[in-house]
Order: sequence, then structure tokens, then C-alpha cells
Amino acid sequence: MNSLILRTATPFLVGLTVLFSIYVLLRGHNEPGGGFIGGLIGASAFATYIISEGTNAIRRALIVPPIAIAGIGLFLAGLSGVASILFGDAFMTGQWWFPDFKPDLKYLSTVVLFDIGVYMVVVGAIVSIILGLEESGQ
Amino acid sequence: MMETAFAIVVGFLFAFSVYLLLSGSLIRLVLGIFVLGNATHLLIFVAGRLTREQPPLIPAAMKVAEPGFANPLPQALILTAIVISFSLFAFLLVLAYRAYQTLGTVDTDDMRDAEPAPGPARLRGRDV
Amino acid sequence: MSEPVIADSAAWLVVWPVLLPILAASLAVAAWGHGRAQALIGILGVAAQFFSAVLLFAHVWSNGPVVMSMGGWPVPFGIALVADVFGAGLTVAASLVALVIIVYSLGDTSEQYRRAGFFPLVLALIAGVAGAFLTGDIFNLYVWFEVTLISSFGLIVLGGRREQIDGAVKYAFLNLLATTFLLIAIGLLYGMTGTLSMADLSTKVAALPNDATLETVALLFLVSLGMKAALFPLYFWLPAAYHTPLPAVSAIFAALLTKVGVYSLVRVFLVVFPEGADLARETMVWAALATMVLGALGALAESDIRRFVSFTVVSGVGVMVAGLAIGTDKALLGAIFYIVHSIIISAALFMAAGLVSRAGAGSDIENLSGLYKGAPFLAVAFLLAGLSLIGIPPFAGFWPKVYLVQAGLEAGAYALVAGVLTAGFLTMLAVGRTFALVFWRAAPDDAPLPASGAQQGGGLVLKGALGALTFLTIALGLYPAPVVDVSTRAASELLSPQPYIDVVLGEAGNGESRP
Repeated sequence: MNSLILRTATPFLVGLTVLFSIYVLLRGHNEPGGGFIGGLIGASAFATYIISEGTNAIRRALIVPPIAIAGIGLFLAGLSGVASILFGDAFMTGQWWFPDFKPDLKYLSTVVLFDIGVYMVVVGAIVSIILGLEESGQ
Repeated sequence: MMETAFAIVVGFLFAFSVYLLLSGSLIRLVLGIFVLGNATHLLIFVAGRLTREQPPLIPAAMKVAEPGFANPLPQALILTAIVISFSLFAFLLVLAYRAYQTLGTVDTDDMRDAEPAPGPARLRGRDV
Repeated sequence: MSEPVIADSAAWLVVWPVLLPILAASLAVAAWGHGRAQALIGILGVAAQFFSAVLLFAHVWSNGPVVMSMGGWPVPFGIALVADVFGAGLTVAASLVALVIIVYSLGDTSEQYRRAGFFPLVLALIAGVAGAFLTGDIFNLYVWFEVTLISSFGLIVLGGRREQIDGAVKYAFLNLLATTFLLIAIGLLYGMTGTLSMADLSTKVAALPNDATLETVALLFLVSLGMKAALFPLYFWLPAAYHTPLPAVSAIFAALLTKVGVYSLVRVFLVVFPEGADLARETMVWAALATMVLGALGALAESDIRRFVSFTVVSGVGVMVAGLAIGTDKALLGAIFYIVHSIIISAALFMAAGLVSRAGAGSDIENLSGLYKGAPFLAVAFLLAGLSLIGIPPFAGFWPKVYLVQAGLEAGAYALVAGVLTAGFLTMLAVGRTFALVFWRAAPDDAPLPASGAQQGGGLVLKGALGALTFLTIALGLYPAPVVDVSTRAASELLSPQPYIDVVLGEAGNGESRP
């Protein structure tokens, strides 16, 4: 879309939205939020970028095809369930690691890894759907 | 009392979806499936019993929540079912659109590409 | 580490057959656009799943059911994966045939199909099937049904030809309707009992009055799972859709998807409703009878070779459900053996039909002729598979029918016995007719000669895969003892599910060790 205002505002909007989506992703650990909703917010950032810069620009910017991001995310989510085998717990039992230098850090856990996987699945899937729709319209 | 009212709503939704599903148009079929899915979700919600205004949170000093709390399980089930049925609904919409593009019709009576050609048995031309 | 860890690693066995295909599918998606890498991941993924399924089965065979409660939440609050002899045995059979089919697909899929995501979808489908076989939670069963459904939707439209879209519309709408009915049944059952774990349901449903509400729920299960399994009068979507996609896709659908429906029928009607629900059981008898006879009649009347195979699949579903409807030890033995046999033979016949349309001109039986000359290997494999399908003695299809007929005579279910025999006779006519027309009759002089070289009977990979399944069905016919042993034990476990219930409810996971 050829709009000066949109193109000027896009870099700020996209950066802020991605940052916000990561905040929502991590916040979901104990409060409303999480991988799914964070992924939706992140995907909306990429959607803004597609509207402003076109589909080729986002393919270049992402390097890998967006669906591959979803695949990696699913793999991470699957692995996070397996991690508990090392500690003798049942499948998908959450494992936490509290480092000595900051014992109240609550983000080093398989649960957060699972959420990151979900985030990537949602972003990858939605961006590839948007790309498919955009490119079929051209 | 609330359960009865909800049961009537669920029944109405089921009746509505059956009416849509009996239609020969793909679009109405898609809508019928969607209404059927929503009726089912509401059914599960009512089947989990209706309770008001008590979140299923366990107070800090207790091991179990106080009785009378809202049942969280049907909501988890419905959330799963909604996500699944939503994605399948999207697939059906795309499929119906694709069928319209490829086959040129949304009338199920005219969609016979995968069926054998009508008419008498054709297996008689040659000697066996 | 210490001792409990060893006990846990046994429970982990039940996770791998479900998780490995999911991990492989995600890696295959991550390798999007790299056809070769995806093919490699596909084969390795299914091979690893087969290996893990064999390990799981060996463990279950010697130590009894294995339970893994996810997240360590004790059943019935958590969702458990449970493997008994029935579930683990079917996982092994399904995984083995899936491995053969994925090898076959290497020779069958062009680059275009691989780019559209053939391998990730197949892996997701296999994961869904294994999940359905190994879950101990009825809502989780619904979720695995949806996993298989979504990936099968992707597979059936792969290629996007006219008749595929047409077939996909029927397949998609009716199967989605079936899973929605399943969800309704599960919702009502939850409302009645307040639990979703199958083991817990078994004890709670037994305490309920055997009234119209229970009957309604049982009938809803029969309708929804019967629709999945392609049971009369709900099977019409199957012959309308299964012949349209790639031969490899047809083979995997026919081998696995209807069997998941039959498996769930067995599970629901033996574990969740071990008794009561008389109207549903009565209906099942007549539905099974009609399915096997009408399926065989459909096969006899069909003029397209792939639709012919579809109808034989339908007929087989009737035979399996007949075993469940008779419900004795021996009848279930026959039904379970028939499930294993049908997994192998449906895949083999669809592969053979795919090779026929490669070797000849299209799939219309009217236009095909004289293929024996051009493709003798294919002709022999088709004949052997067909004979096994009918149930001729030295093949695997013979034994389950012997047990079913014996059981039927002992239980006084003469209608079902007559049905099994009639369906076998009609299938014989249908197979004989198809073989005579497609392979045996002389090609007309003006017909183009079958193409030479690789096109004739397909490449070595295709022939090898078909040959492997044909060999398997002969081997199981000559030496049926292992499958009979497994089926006997699976049947007796299903008929007295108390040990299963105790294991699931008692020792589930390691809930006690949670902080």
C-alpha cells in the first residue's frame, strides 16, 4: 500500500508490537497472556509490515519460510514435554531451573519453552496464511 | 431453572442446524455445521452444570476450593473444541469456495465428478 | 539415578509412538520446500515409531498395561496415555503398514505433492492414529480424531483435481458431522458421570440406571463412530471419496482411518458400556450385517477399480463389527485378527489398484484388459491379495472368518454367520470378475500396448512395497499363531477390563511424588 504515513509509521509500530507480543508471551507465565495470544499480537505486527511493504519484503526479512517457523515451534513444544524424562517425572511435567545468581527468576522452565513454541506456531501459521491470501489476490 | 432455559436454547440451535444441514447448498451446509458445533459447545457447558459468580480458585490457606465454584473443566473442553471447530470451519469455507471455482456449482445434487456416470451399466461392449 | 526412574522409563514407552511422529512432522514442516529432506524425515519418523511401538508392545505383553499420566496428574483428573495389548498391538500393525505405505509413496508422489506438504501431513495422520489407539481419555480420543481429520483433509485435496474436490466435499462434511456427534455424546456422558477417563467411566456408567438417557448416549456413540468406521447406513461417503486422492493416500486412509473407528467402537462398547444399551447393540447387529453384504454387492457392481476396493473396505468393516456384535471371547478374537488383516489387505489392494491405473489406461474396469501380459507381478500380487480378502485358506483372511463363524454358531447368531459367508461369496465373485476383466481377458487388437519399462508395473519401490504386504498376508495365513495369541489375550482383556481399570486408576503416573 502506497501511503507515506503508513510507511513512516510501520517501523515503529512493528517494533513496538513485536516487543509487546514478547512481553505478553512472558507475562502469561503467571498472569493473563501466554504463547497463543502473544503469537496473535506478533502476527498482527507482521501483518502491518506486509500491508505496508509487500509480501516480498517480509519473505526477505524472515529468511526462512514462515511455515518453517511454525514447524520449529511445534518441535520446541514437543521437546519441552520430553525434558521431564531427565528428571524422572511424567511426560509434560513442568521443570524449572532457578539459577544461583537470581533465584527468583521464573522464566527458565520447560513451561515457558512450550509457550515459546506455541508463539512460533501461531506466528508462523498466521503469517503464511496471510501471505497465501495476499499473493493469491495479486 | 437456568438449565431448563439453556436446554431449550440448545434444542433450538440443534433444530436450526439440522434444518440448514438438510439443504442442498454448500453454503448452508457450512453454516449448519457451524451452528451444530456451537450448539454442541453450549450443550457441554450446560452438561457441566451451571453455577454463578464463584471462580474456581483455591484460597491461599486451603487445599480445595469452597463448594459451589464454577466447573472449569467444561470451559477447557469447549475452548479446545472451539479452536478445532474454528479451524475446520475455515477449511470448509475454503473447500466450498474451491468447489465453486472448480466445479462451477454449490448445489450438492450437481456435484457428481467423483461418482460413476449415470445410466445403465456400461460393462457390455466387449466379450469377457 | 534411583529406582523409581526405571519404573518411569517403562511408562515413557507409551509416549514415543505418539510423540515421535509429531516431532518428525514438525521437523518436516521446518524443512518446508526441501522434498528430499522431508522424505528422509518421513521414513525415519515412521521407522522410529514402528521401533518404539514394538518395544511398547513387548513390554505390555510381558508386564501388563502401561499408563503414563501427563504432567503427573493422577487419573481421573489428568489425561493418561494407556497401552493394553489391544491398543499396543494395533499400533504395531498400523505403524508397520504405514512404514510400507510411506516407502510406496516415494515412488508415487511427484515433487509437486511433496512441496504441498505430503510428508508432514502423513506423519500428523499417523500420530493421530497412534494417539487414538493409545489414549485412555475419551475427550482426548476426540482430539486425536480431529488431528487425523485435519491431516486427512489436507491429504485428500493434495493435487486439487476436479474429482478430488468433489470427493473431499463429501468426505469433509460427513466426517466433520461424525466428530461433532462424537463430541455431543462425550458431552452428555460427561454430564451424566462427571468424568472423562475411560477406566473411571467404566465403573461410573455401570452404576447408572440402564434407561433411555444411557441408550441415547450409546446410540450417539454408535452413530458417530459408525460413521467414522463406514457402517451401514452411514458408509456412502467412503466410496465417494477414497478413490480420488493419490493411491498412497487412499492406501493409508483405507488401512488406518476406518480401523480407528472400529477400534473406538470396540473400546466404547466393551470398556465404557460393558453392558446395558441393548437397543444400540441390537442396531449394531443389523448394521454390521447390512454393511458386509451391501459392501460386497457394491464391489460386485462397481466399474472403477479403486471404487471396487473402497467397497471391499466397507464390507470388511461389517465383518469386524459383527465380531463386536456377537461379543463372545472367540468372536472378539476373530474381529481383532480381522482388523489386523484388514489393515494389511486394504493398503495392499489400494496400492495394487494404483499400480493398475499406472500400468493400464485409467481405472475404469471396462477399459482395462490384458494387463497380465504387461505386468505379471502386479497380476499375481493382486490375485493373492484378492484371495486373502475373500478368505481362502492359506491366506490371512481365512482365520478370522473361521473364528467368527465358529463364535457365531456357538452364540446362536445365525444371521451374522450367514452374512459373513454370503459376503465372502459375493466378494469372491467381485474379485474374480475384476481379475478376469482387468488382467485375464485378452486386450483388444486396437488397444495401445502397455507402456514399457518403469511404467509397466511401476518402479521397483512400488512393486517392493506391494510385494511386502502380499508376503505379510501369506505369512500370517501360513503361521497365524502369533496374531491368534495376541488377539486372544486382547479379547480376554477387553471382556474383563477390571485389571485395566485398576492399573489406570491405581498406579497412574507418579502423582504421589509431586511436591
